[in-house]
Amino acid sequence: MVDQLSWKVGGQQGEGIEKPGDLFATALNRLGYYLYGYRHFSSRIKGGHTNNKIRVSTRPMRSLPDDLDILVAFDQETIDVNVRELKKGGVVIADLKFNPALPEDVDVRLVSVPFTEIAKGLGSTLMKNMVAVGATIGIMDLPIEPFQEVVTELWGRKGQTVVEKNMAALEEGKKAALDIVGGPLPEFKLAPADGKKRLFMIGNEALALGAIAAGVRFMSAYPITPSSEIMEYLIKTLPKFGGTVIQTEDELAAIVMAIGANYGGARAFTASAGPGLSLMTEAIGLAGMTETPVVIVDTQRGGPSTGLPTKQEQSDLNAMVYSTHGEIPKIVIAPSTVEECFYDMAEAFNLAEEYQCPVIVLTDLALSLGKQTVEPLDYDRVEIRRGKYLGDETLPERPKEELFKRYEFTLDGISPRTIPGQKYGIHHVTGVEHSETGRPSETATNRKKMMDKRLQKLKGFRIKTPIHVHAPHDRPDILFVGINSTEGVIREAMERLEKEGLKINHIHIRQLYPFPADDVRPYLEASEHVFVVEQNATGQLAQHMILNVGYREKIHRILKYDGNPFLPKEIEHEARALIKAKELI
Amino acid sequence: MATFKDFRNDVAPNWCPGCGDFAVLAAMQRALANLGYEPEQVAVLSGIGCSGRISGYIHAYGFHGVHGRVLPLAQGLKMANRDLVVIAAGGDGDGYAIGLNHTIHAIRRNIDITYLVMDNQIYGLTKGQTSPRSAVGFQTKSTPKGSIEAPIAPLQMALAAGATFVAQGFSSDINQLVNIIEEGIRHPGFAMINIFSPCVTFNKINTYDWFKQNVVPTDTIEGYDRHDRNKAMQTLMETDGMLTGIIYQDQETPSYQDRIPGFRKEPLVKQPLKLEREAFVELLEEFA
Ligand SMILES: Cc1ncc(C[n+]2csc(CCOP(=O)(O)OP(=O)(O)O)c2C)c(N)n1
Ligand code: SF4
Repeated sequence: MVDQLSWKVGGQQGEGIEKPGDLFATALNRLGYYLYGYRHFSSRIKGGHTNNKIRVSTRPMRSLPDDLDILVAFDQETIDVNVRELKKGGVVIADLKFNPALPEDVDVRLVSVPFTEIAKGLGSTLMKNMVAVGATIGIMDLPIEPFQEVVTELWGRKGQTVVEKNMAALEEGKKAALDIVGGPLPEFKLAPADGKKRLFMIGNEALALGAIAAGVRFMSAYPITPSSEIMEYLIKTLPKFGGTVIQTEDELAAIVMAIGANYGGARAFTASAGPGLSLMTEAIGLAGMTETPVVIVDTQRGGPSTGLPTKQEQSDLNAMVYSTHGEIPKIVIAPSTVEECFYDMAEAFNLAEEYQCPVIVLTDLALSLGKQTVEPLDYDRVEIRRGKYLGDETLPERPKEELFKRYEFTLDGISPRTIPGQKYGIHHVTGVEHSETGRPSETATNRKKMMDKRLQKLKGFRIKTPIHVHAPHDRPDILFVGINSTEGVIREAMERLEKEGLKINHIHIRQLYPFPADDVRPYLEASEHVFVVEQNATGQLAQHMILNVGYREKIHRILKYDGNPFLPKEIEHEARALIKAKELI
Repeated sequence: MATFKDFRNDVAPNWCPGCGDFAVLAAMQRALANLGYEPEQVAVLSGIGCSGRISGYIHAYGFHGVHGRVLPLAQGLKMANRDLVVIAAGGDGDGYAIGLNHTIHAIRRNIDITYLVMDNQIYGLTKGQTSPRSAVGFQTKSTPKGSIEAPIAPLQMALAAGATFVAQGFSSDINQLVNIIEEGIRHPGFAMINIFSPCVTFNKINTYDWFKQNVVPTDTIEGYDRHDRNKAMQTLMETDGMLTGIIYQDQETPSYQDRIPGFRKEPLVKQPLKLEREAFVELLEEFA
């Protein structure tokens, strides 16, 4: 019995490879296991190798494992590409149809099951996916009932016969595999899970749910990988709540429409990835200058330009912190788990209204598209706070000549806000420097005061948890620092290094801008060395740390920018190499 | 009830004396008053340019945004609050150069807003460069030997893009302009209104007199029927785009918001933000 293992299914893109992965993971999630998935795909619709790797564990594991236990292959390419990832003694379950073959020098077992033939016998080769899952069930000795339950839900709409045929495919796949192997393989038998009910979703779905929970009824966006699922989920869901999504002509329109809707008093947002964010930068400045709340999601992918559109990277940090000309107040928050995608997204709308500025929710591809087990989302944790927005009840009458001071100078720099339609709230808004009533004003004194007022808003700004802290040591040898999806993989590498006697702390940055220097400083101070782990080539997070906190001499970078997520062993090896090369310890 | 004076504010426009944009401002104020609106029910949004300043010269909600993006701004606002009268305004550079993409798509989308393009066939604010409306041969700072690019035909383009309301006004004909703007506001969809609004400072060719000699009002054409799209297109071609008045209107096609499945008559902004607990729980079921 094992308390965790990893399973991967692979084949040609466009052949429905998502289905078996989803079925496998959903059923195991219902049994109470923790799942963590990553899909490898390319920027084309048909053809090309694609795979879905899923880690199953009895405790939360938020990273990909170094290796693989079971590989389900629908073609020889899947074997050729992935076989070396398998552990010694791992198993390849492959479709007999393509005469699967293993290289001679690998110590893995090949189980060739006639996926296609069995499926054909049941009426359609499409069901080969189900046969493959059935074979997995047999080899891992999993209970078949939760799988049957999911199959019923998946195919129920298509009628009883379709459901029955898919059930039969599961059963026959299981039987065929067991006949070949002789019985379940105990090395792949999972220890029982706690059976607790949890959710299973990708980061993008959690972001979309967070937006709905925060009161969003309008989104404007332009499709792009890896953010499209956010709009797709909302297109499907918002009509239930009287809302809608506009697929705009480009990202310039997407952000400006969202700004227009927020100006109108609705909660609206847009989401995109690097190329789209590049187009949005002028409008981000408009929101900053006009103090209009707006939320923008950036799901990072490989850059620059079109870069690696379907691959993992964290290279937009600088762009999100610095982009737009001039100087504006802006907030950039970075969730690190799917759960946080939900809560942070919901909170982003509060921050945008409270501070009347753009709020960027930064994720990365592995977080946005990786499917994870999620603890039940807590309705009561979602607050709605609208800052200094004045409803009609609180808006005093005023004569016509006296415009509402939308940009009133206040102690905290935040001015009361009204929205179009309110009788006593009429004011002007402009991206030109302006007076308290929003009229263009270029006098030097006003300019300075207004600039100070806007920047004042975020002085000392801090979200509730600007960093995650895992700091068992007062004076550690190494402090690991990361952002977004790498929290789990850093933790795993760290646990391994600790076994060698190294003392390691870990902080994960959740508030990128304004940089929470006071929160970060003590951990940097306490540690002998700092290893900043990030998925880009120039160490952008490390730059922000040096800039805001200092300790340049302590800071080292562990970088990866080949498009794939970090594996625990990579961080482990790089850390070791760094220690050795620089004679750190 | 508000009169046009209630739509005035105390800001003195910084337009050059004689600029065509004064008339557009006045016509808009009169149209709004004629229709019986109060200032707080109206939002005038504008782009960047001399023309873009218009949102600051009217007593109503106003938003002066970025160059070329007034239409997304206005559409977003209307999506949030469909009870508002939303007027978008800008120059020919704003709407037909940097913002042309939005113009075509706003037309196709047909959200119920009114778009006023102050067309002076030149860039005013940046001091006299060519615009996409400049005629071939037109000499400007940026085309010292005369423009060699074909000018855009905005209204033919609008018709081709599926516009449901197409009109053209002229700053000298204020009565016609007031009527066009009124009808545009009343039109339940996107109202595309191009206005010949002379730049007296930088455009010495397309002057008030030039326009007076060249415009062809629809009411001078016998039997002109504004519901006939083919005829509208044909007449625009025949008059080289100098046709003024309400050129085309399709009152049958519902506005965008009336076509969205499940979209409510009550403005989004008046609906509660908080999701019901039951609805939330139901949403999560899909992920169990
Ligand atoms: C992104 C951007 N590019 C350039 C400018 C400079 N700019 C301001 S207004 C304008 C053109 C003005 O012409 P038009 O839109 O026809 O308006 P007009 O001044 O003639 O009313 C330009 C190029 C700007 N503000 N923003
Ligand atoms: S420069 Fe031309 S467009 Fe601008 S205000 Fe003067 S006359 Fe009007």
